[in-house]
Amino acid sequence: MAQTTLLEGIRQALFEEMERDPAVVCIGEDIGVYGGAFKVTAGLLERFGWERVIDTPISETAIIGAACGMSYLGLRPVCELQFVDFIACCFNQLTNFVAKSFYLWGAPVPMVVRAPSGGGVHGGPFHSQNPEMYFAHTPGLKVVYPSTPYDAKGLMKSAIRDNNPVLFFEHKALYRRIKDEIPAGDYTVPIGKAAVRREGRDLTIVSYAALAHTCMDAAAELAKEGIEAEVLDLRTIQPLDKDSILASLKKTNRLLIVHEDTRFGGVAGEIAAIVFEKAFDDLDAPVRRVTSLDTPVPYSPPLEERFLPQLKDVVVAARELARY
Amino acid sequence: MACPISATTHEFEALVTHATTAITPDQQLDLYRFMLLDRIVEDTMTKLFRQNIIVGGLYSSLGQEAISVGTTYALEKRDWIAPMIRNIGGLLVKGVRPRDIFTQHMARYTSPTLGKDGTSHFGDLKNLHIVSPISMLGDLIPVMTGVAMAGRYLGQNVVALTWIGDGGTSTGAFHEGLNLAAQQRASLILVIENNQWAYSTPVGRQVPITDLADRAKAYGCQAFIVDGNDVEAVFNTSREAVRLCRAGQGPIVMEAKTMRMRGHAQHDSAEYVPKDMFDYWKRRDPIDTYEKRLTDAGVLTAKKKAEILAGINAVIEEDRAFAESSPFPPPELAESAIYHEGPLPIEPQWKRPIAEVTPPRSSVKSVWNVGGNGEFKSGDGAKEPAPAQASAANSGGNGDKRAAAKRPAKPARGRK
Repeated sequence: MAQTTLLEGIRQALFEEMERDPAVVCIGEDIGVYGGAFKVTAGLLERFGWERVIDTPISETAIIGAACGMSYLGLRPVCELQFVDFIACCFNQLTNFVAKSFYLWGAPVPMVVRAPSGGGVHGGPFHSQNPEMYFAHTPGLKVVYPSTPYDAKGLMKSAIRDNNPVLFFEHKALYRRIKDEIPAGDYTVPIGKAAVRREGRDLTIVSYAALAHTCMDAAAELAKEGIEAEVLDLRTIQPLDKDSILASLKKTNRLLIVHEDTRFGGVAGEIAAIVFEKAFDDLDAPVRRVTSLDTPVPYSPPLEERFLPQLKDVVVAARELARY
Repeated sequence: MACPISATTHEFEALVTHATTAITPDQQLDLYRFMLLDRIVEDTMTKLFRQNIIVGGLYSSLGQEAISVGTTYALEKRDWIAPMIRNIGGLLVKGVRPRDIFTQHMARYTSPTLGKDGTSHFGDLKNLHIVSPISMLGDLIPVMTGVAMAGRYLGQNVVALTWIGDGGTSTGAFHEGLNLAAQQRASLILVIENNQWAYSTPVGRQVPITDLADRAKAYGCQAFIVDGNDVEAVFNTSREAVRLCRAGQGPIVMEAKTMRMRGHAQHDSAEYVPKDMFDYWKRRDPIDTYEKRLTDAGVLTAKKKAEILAGINAVIEEDRAFAESSPFPPPELAESAIYHEGPLPIEPQWKRPIAEVTPPRSSVKSVWNVGGNGEFKSGDGAKEPAPAQASAANSGGNGDKRAAAKRPAKPARGRK
């Protein structure tokens, strides 16, 4: 068991899957010689050659379109978008071509779109966003957003082996910050299954990606006050693991949802609606949300700090909810 | 032969090209039969539309049949096409039965999409190698580039062909797709059907150039201009395009000059088109002119024509009856098949040793060879884009020359 970063976990998954299956190819901007903007694909070119590690022009639509076409002949392309913000450039290819292909004419699209995402690194409005809900809202796409190196590696392997298009969000603030013990050898983490990170009886905190760690910190603080929070890490946004959310709520009867995406139309609102429809009787308090502001992601540190949910915001909301 | 594009503009009348490559009488009759089949299928659908049996939109390729038929007829079974809404003829040549086109438009459960989509929006990965379009223009170009790239990777030496209208050449996806195709030297044939109208806007108000094929030069790929109403010219030019693609000299752009003889769709009476323009192009109808040509040449006799028509009408009658008696899909189908469970319908068909692309094979050095100091001399990369794997073999020994040299579709270095 070696200490591994989230970035390294993803890199290992790419290496191992490309070793395992010659149908797996990587395509994106600056992924070959340069090794990718964040060096996730470093070393792939030397190992697998020019045909399997394809540097492209700056053309997100062409990257997604070409990957889709490759998948029709049985390949399993893994695309890299340099930052997920640029996914807007290929929105049409993803939501109209790729997502609808199987439903409409029975052509599965086994491809992965990897994209560094999230804020907290002073990337400014176009290098910090969390646009997962545009795609979670689009039938036909799967959306994965891991928070740990172990999950990142296992979910990447599942994503590559999945016979559907999977958007794989990689929180760039976690790339090198979080380390995990990752077992040697092949393993996968299933898409569509949440993980209970901490058990508790007083309230459930549902989160994912970078804020899953903030929620763990919050739970540790709350424990000092005698409040036992259960922390659920979604890991996958679409398909959403409703069962795990409802099971936890049945136990705690209080629900706080925390995400880095903006508030309106975010995953928290969707989870709240599901809970009201399916488990109203389990609720002892109104569902609470802690999210980013409904604004673009501002650049200056005090502005971005205000924009993003902070540890104290989670602690305060959880405390109020527990004492409701 | 088709005329390779030159920098000069062309008078349209001078563009009428004549076949010089041998074409057999059987091929001629095939081309005629497919065009006629296309027209009768579409005429039948116009009637069905007027009877409200076709529930959605109906687009016509009247007057453009030679393009769909002539291009697709130049392909082999292993090659791939992706139709647009005016390429019913291409589907028929590829082997789609009229019943699939009828049921698709009539939204029946027996249609290729089970009623989930209409028009020419369906495909077949496994047998016919057809990729379904979406309504957004240009998106097929990067997708078919990917098909060509995957075909090369698997060693299949296939050609991917798709069409775009004059209107669609203004989209961003057209640019991104054609640029990637050219950079990759993908075996893509992009047929620009210049039917002179983007919905209601004439081509002269869309682009400030006369020949859309001129654009190919900026992408670094070859282009042909062909009379889109001359099926033999289209076929022969397409054969040449296929040959070039198989030799690794794709992509090829082919502009076919034609005229849309109906409105954008059935609801559009096209009153914005000058009557004289319709009259001019009616005289150049691709089926009428070809019928006269084949009759004058003695290839098409009255007896043969009657045989062809009888054959077509028999299929049409049978398939129309089948479609009309087909049920609509059960409502619960709407909720089915969002995700694909189970194995893929198509596994990679390797036509080259997998060992060529699997480790150990790590002689690639992770460096670019840009050639010179970037003095912008002629002959640098701007003139000769190379596909990713060929750049390894071609531009300074960064890759595995042995593996690259085996490739059937390896682009020739120093091609003019």
